[in-house]
Amino acid sequence: MLKVTIDNITIDVEEGMTILQAARMIGGKVVPPAMCYYSKLKGTGGKCRTCLVKVAQSSAKDPRPMPKLVASCSTPVQDGMVVQNLTSPEVQEARKGVVEMLLVNHPLDCPVCDQAGECDLQDLSFNYGMEETASEEERREFPVIDIGPFIKLHMNRCILCYRCVYAADQLTSERRHGVMYRGDGSEISTLIANVIDNDFSGNVIDVCPVGALTDKTFRFKSRVWFIKPMDAHRECGRCSGKGTVWMFGNEIYRVTGRKDQYGEVEEFICNECRFEKKELASWTVEGPRKIKRQSVISANHYEKMVQPSIIKPIEGQMIPPQNEL
Amino acid sequence: MGSSILLANIGVPGIRNLKAYRASGGYSAVEKALREMTPAQVAQEVTRSGLRGRGGAGFPTGLKWSFLDRKTDKPRYLVCNADESEPGTFKDRFLMDKIPHLLIEGLILSSYALGVNNCYIYIRGEFKYLVGILEKAIREAHQNRFLGEKILGSDFSLNIFVHPGAGAYICGEETALLESLEGKRGNPRIKPPFPAFKGLYGCPTVVNNVETLATVGPIISMGGEEYAKIGKGKSTGTKLISACGNINNPGVYEIEMGLLLDDFIYSPAYCGGIAKGKKLKAVIPGGSSVPILPADLILRTLNGQKRLMTYESLAEGEFASGTMLGSGGFIVFDEDACIVRNTWNLTRFYRHESCGQCSPCREGTSWMENVLYRLEHGSGKLSDIDLLVRVAKNIEGNTICPLGDAAAWPVASAIRHFRHEFEEHVKNA
Repeated sequence: MLKVTIDNITIDVEEGMTILQAARMIGGKVVPPAMCYYSKLKGTGGKCRTCLVKVAQSSAKDPRPMPKLVASCSTPVQDGMVVQNLTSPEVQEARKGVVEMLLVNHPLDCPVCDQAGECDLQDLSFNYGMEETASEEERREFPVIDIGPFIKLHMNRCILCYRCVYAADQLTSERRHGVMYRGDGSEISTLIANVIDNDFSGNVIDVCPVGALTDKTFRFKSRVWFIKPMDAHRECGRCSGKGTVWMFGNEIYRVTGRKDQYGEVEEFICNECRFEKKELASWTVEGPRKIKRQSVISANHYEKMVQPSIIKPIEGQMIPPQNEL
Repeated sequence: MGSSILLANIGVPGIRNLKAYRASGGYSAVEKALREMTPAQVAQEVTRSGLRGRGGAGFPTGLKWSFLDRKTDKPRYLVCNADESEPGTFKDRFLMDKIPHLLIEGLILSSYALGVNNCYIYIRGEFKYLVGILEKAIREAHQNRFLGEKILGSDFSLNIFVHPGAGAYICGEETALLESLEGKRGNPRIKPPFPAFKGLYGCPTVVNNVETLATVGPIISMGGEEYAKIGKGKSTGTKLISACGNINNPGVYEIEMGLLLDDFIYSPAYCGGIAKGKKLKAVIPGGSSVPILPADLILRTLNGQKRLMTYESLAEGEFASGTMLGSGGFIVFDEDACIVRNTWNLTRFYRHESCGQCSPCREGTSWMENVLYRLEHGSGKLSDIDLLVRVAKNIEGNTICPLGDAAAWPVASAIRHFRHEFEEHVKNA
């Protein structure tokens, strides 16, 4: 076991863990935000730079600080390491800088984005964003494209975390999309706007931290904070069949994986469960899903379900239908 | 201080061919090493020589070699970084073009020292014409038993392969180079693990610059201690400098480290002074990525000492009043040069060459280019200057690879030393 201290909290961790994993063991506010790291996908991390931390002491053997801020998601801990996240003003400044970079070309179209309310970039800009943009340059624009019948790609919103590339690579048998071009012209794309035709392709939507990849079967149906997340399961030959169904009344609006407090799914689900099973009869509802993240949807925990009392119209006083008002 | 080691035989007719190269003493270091020395002894000579990486970082080569993981059963690789793409730097191209066998000899010796049996030369895509030259040299070396199975009757076998890249600057970064060599997109890897443990195909790998590896031959011939006597202090030996810009004699020069910078610019043996009798305005001494310095600070340090062509002297004053020797791409600007236009031009380069993997570099390089474009084309504001400083600071040190730093330093240093020029661009717009 190795001893590591993060923001003055010391814990024992196993060898080979990263600083971020150690911080997640402590939990709470010392956990650096991560936009590109995804514990269930090999090789992710290191790219978005939001999880930068300061290593004030490299190890017990070598007490020197590391010369630069390091990405906590890809830096392994060493015995006696001392890490500063919230306690380092330098880290907070650098993170603000990174968030500003992520927003320079982001369209800020949250009012019409399906991800709003459960978006990591929204959380980040709430915590670290500036009040106004310093950039007066034109934002870069890409056309919106369809990746197959179920997935919509808004490249403008993408922060190039590469999660979907790793997901497609590791979950599907044949990866047909990736990153094309380079620099600020990089884009996630399929070579010839090809269909991603695979049972597990829908998971790219779940791993996307922003609204770049959205579910076409849910597009513009509802804001996420109006629908109730319920854990549910069904018999499925392809995946575990354990998902979260998002309901409005008795209607299922969309199905996702079960996401934890870091926005990571517990298990990846198949496309049939995600896109085709939208009737309540297909699912066994277990109960409300607690969303532990700080987004606006966490305002509605639905821990205590209160059946809305049905208001019966009083005789003779007809409530006019909406369209007549 | 005319010391010529790498380019000593450059004037010998037909030196590109093995016959002429052999006649002027070539491959004697290989014979000496394979017959009389153990691999550890070869490595020790390199450590003793004090040789430092010539690609830009100046990291001690012997120390870098000592990091190589020798405990695994996996094969080890040596990769020669010939992806020379830094604006202003053209020394490796010159060396490979004129005297390719010097590099081949260095590769054989280094591979012997590191226990490597397969070695790659990763060469920049634009240097296509050099591929043929290098492959011919390798063929000749094979025919004369300096390469292949059981070299010169010893137990040591080596093959060298030339691999042309597709012309991306980022592939000069060692881990992006390895990705590209493996046939993948040239994105730098997240470190750790470092190439010394997990490099090419997941095996322990050393990546060295062309000039560094070419110097190994002369070091073995003359001995590490003898080599360390050349130069000054921790900057031992000679260095190739590619001089360009507004000077009378642009070209590649081999200088002994410790040469007065003043002499390098004004001596007829080197740059020969500023072209058309104009005054010196500024110098970027180590390739486009290192900070630019105005004339007074490049000739003398802040405390009045004459600046020398060494790693230490050029870095004196750190970033406030110093710069770096870098790769030796010596770019000179005369009094008529526009620093704003030049800085904008450099940011265009870095914007184009950023791989786009990490956010500060991808967004920052394009942002800086946009702002500098406006400044140069007459629609800048005074607040843009401080904005540039802030953006450069947000990139620096926060990226995956040094390309972010390389893009931020020229902007930060140009504003640090020539802020008045940026302000004039706004006022006279």
